[in-house]
Amino acid sequence: MQQFLESFLPAGPLVVFVFSIIPLMIILVYALFAIWLERKVAGHIQDRLGPMHTGGWHGWSQTIADLVKMIQKEDIVPAKADRFLFKMAPFIAFAASYAAFVAIPFSSGYIGSMIDVGIFYIVAITSLLSVSIIMAGWASNNKWSLLGAMRTAAQTVSYEVPTVVTILSVIIVTGTLNLMEVTEMQTGNAFLGFLPNWLIFHSPFMVIAFVLFFIASLAEAHRVPFDLPESESELVGGYQTEYSGMRWGLFMLTEYADMLLLSLVGATLFFGGWNSPFGSFMDGPVWGAFWMLLKGMILVFVMMWLRWTLPRLRVDQLMNVCWKYLIPLSFVNLVLIALWEMIF
Amino acid sequence: MTQVKQKGPEVTLTPPEDAGNGLKTQEMVINMGPQHPSTHGVLRMELTLDGEIVTKAVPHIGYLHRCFEKHCEAMNDYTKVIPYVDRMDYVAAMNNELGYAIAMERLMGIQVNDRVEYIRVIMAELQRIASHLLALGTFGLDIGAFTPFLYCFIEREKVLDIFEKASGARLLYNYIWIGGLMNDVPADFKSDTAAFVTSFRPKIKELNDLLSYNKIFVERTANVGVLPEKVAINYGISGPSLRGSGVKWDLRRDDPYSIYDRFEFDVIVGKGEVGTLGDCWDRYIVRVWEMEESLKIIEQALDQMPGEGDVQESVPKKIRPPAGEIYCRTETPRGELGYYIISDKSTTPFRIKARAPSFVNLSVLPAISVGSMVADMVAIIGSIDIVLGEVDR
Repeated sequence: MQQFLESFLPAGPLVVFVFSIIPLMIILVYALFAIWLERKVAGHIQDRLGPMHTGGWHGWSQTIADLVKMIQKEDIVPAKADRFLFKMAPFIAFAASYAAFVAIPFSSGYIGSMIDVGIFYIVAITSLLSVSIIMAGWASNNKWSLLGAMRTAAQTVSYEVPTVVTILSVIIVTGTLNLMEVTEMQTGNAFLGFLPNWLIFHSPFMVIAFVLFFIASLAEAHRVPFDLPESESELVGGYQTEYSGMRWGLFMLTEYADMLLLSLVGATLFFGGWNSPFGSFMDGPVWGAFWMLLKGMILVFVMMWLRWTLPRLRVDQLMNVCWKYLIPLSFVNLVLIALWEMIF
Repeated sequence: MTQVKQKGPEVTLTPPEDAGNGLKTQEMVINMGPQHPSTHGVLRMELTLDGEIVTKAVPHIGYLHRCFEKHCEAMNDYTKVIPYVDRMDYVAAMNNELGYAIAMERLMGIQVNDRVEYIRVIMAELQRIASHLLALGTFGLDIGAFTPFLYCFIEREKVLDIFEKASGARLLYNYIWIGGLMNDVPADFKSDTAAFVTSFRPKIKELNDLLSYNKIFVERTANVGVLPEKVAINYGISGPSLRGSGVKWDLRRDDPYSIYDRFEFDVIVGKGEVGTLGDCWDRYIVRVWEMEESLKIIEQALDQMPGEGDVQESVPKKIRPPAGEIYCRTETPRGELGYYIISDKSTTPFRIKARAPSFVNLSVLPAISVGSMVADMVAIIGSIDIVLGEVDR
């Protein structure tokens, strides 16, 4: 894709700029769509309609109207807050999740940067998110925010362990950390003649690995049943309590960007990334981007579905789930996948 | 200009302790409410926290005080009290009216006819279902389950529609009068109510599938906020919160008022099915099955209800009760609602005191919340099911 851009854009830096702005555009459009979708999903799950008026067809422009409203809001910083940290936190949060998109192969023709340690980079850069949340919670000078931030710190650090271990078990199979190569490995039809060559069909343990990865990523993205940092019925708004206007909007954007990021990583590692599910039918760079985003959106939809179905865990139970179940299971699964690889 | 000197609340904290690494730790005082999404109104809790664990909880009330009792004394008419009674427990206004009407009728020696009695019982039990639906829905909301709340509200809506047809109002009815009713029920009341009963029964199972036996929900509520039988009795708890602790005490059965002695129904008590006896889940499930019992009462009442009768037959022209006093208690969705009325033989009440169940039930909160976590506090408040309008009056 870079060559394609260079063919009609004059200067090098401009090409790089256009190249790097693409994920941002995807995130912004996706976030507007996903928030609308979340409302519709919630509405239909709860036997109501959700937004119906703004924009005409099923309230499609409701989020755009909300965005305009949010931009108009006064930018309030609490009097006793740490102004610098308070203002910085949302930007760091968004930068962390945006930066992670650079290593995601959106299609065979587009990846932000061909990093050899792609998945490692993603895991590392998303850890910045917890730093920004602690910044926000501490700088707000509000006890509820602080409680929310402390919970986040504990939660994110704990759940990174099972995420990383399940990713590691995938790496055993692929032998590479580069997500583009991981996706290329899954091209074609191999299993039983009709199943696509995706890693989830590679062995039964990969299914377990995916389930573990999905649960851990729910916690990483702070989604129900692990949405303790924001748990609106206990902590008012958690670390977001004192935020308003567009700064709050950035946190919201980050949350949705994070959901997409983890879903895309899941799609790449387990569901063949940009590969078409029908072999060479509907294949190619443009269809690749379509399949990639479709797979990501399906996982995002499952996250929304869970959110409107389940209650929330308590903070100690959250830790129990992680340390007593997810981590031992993921380690056992890691060993089993390694054995499977040795035998077959 | 006179200046009012307000004294801040005195907070005593344990002195900072040495954590062993040159740092010091100290408990934190945090204000839960009056503006908080899960305190069911304007309750303020002063929590002393050790990390996330509550070491002390002090409820502060009075943010919704409207001088109900003082107003009654200046009301100049016993009938004018009824709209005020509605506004105490605004979630179960019918039950409040019923309690007041019965107290006044006993004081004045009025006997109402059967049609009035049956309509009153049906209304009271419908209101109990509506009130429990709200309690269960918001309890789920406190635990983080958003969807059951709206499913409960769909059903509550149907009850409110029945009330609207009968009284014209959806929340504060002024329907049950001293000695009768505001007006007769509409012609399709019987069929509407019967249709609701048949449509609602499967919804209880749906609620159980959706929320009651959900693994996460059980984890969150079982063994949380355990209220032992003895503590419950000592604090004077009543209603579902008392029965959740395993005490079989229901005024409808144990001290029947109106015509409750004519119906067959069970008194639901907690059994400690998934955790300890008297935990939040027990209090929750008592409410769920009480709705089923209310349905039974409504069905029987619909069968026995006489088709004819003037609902204002015994409404007195002038309410001037003989000098004397009366204490009359009824079972509302929240527990024992008692009215203590003193009459000095004038048209104005000399004194009306309401024993509000929410107020008494709330008093147990500090006793059962020590040692729980902040998230449990929300569950405990939700499971006691207080209405702040009634706590403060």
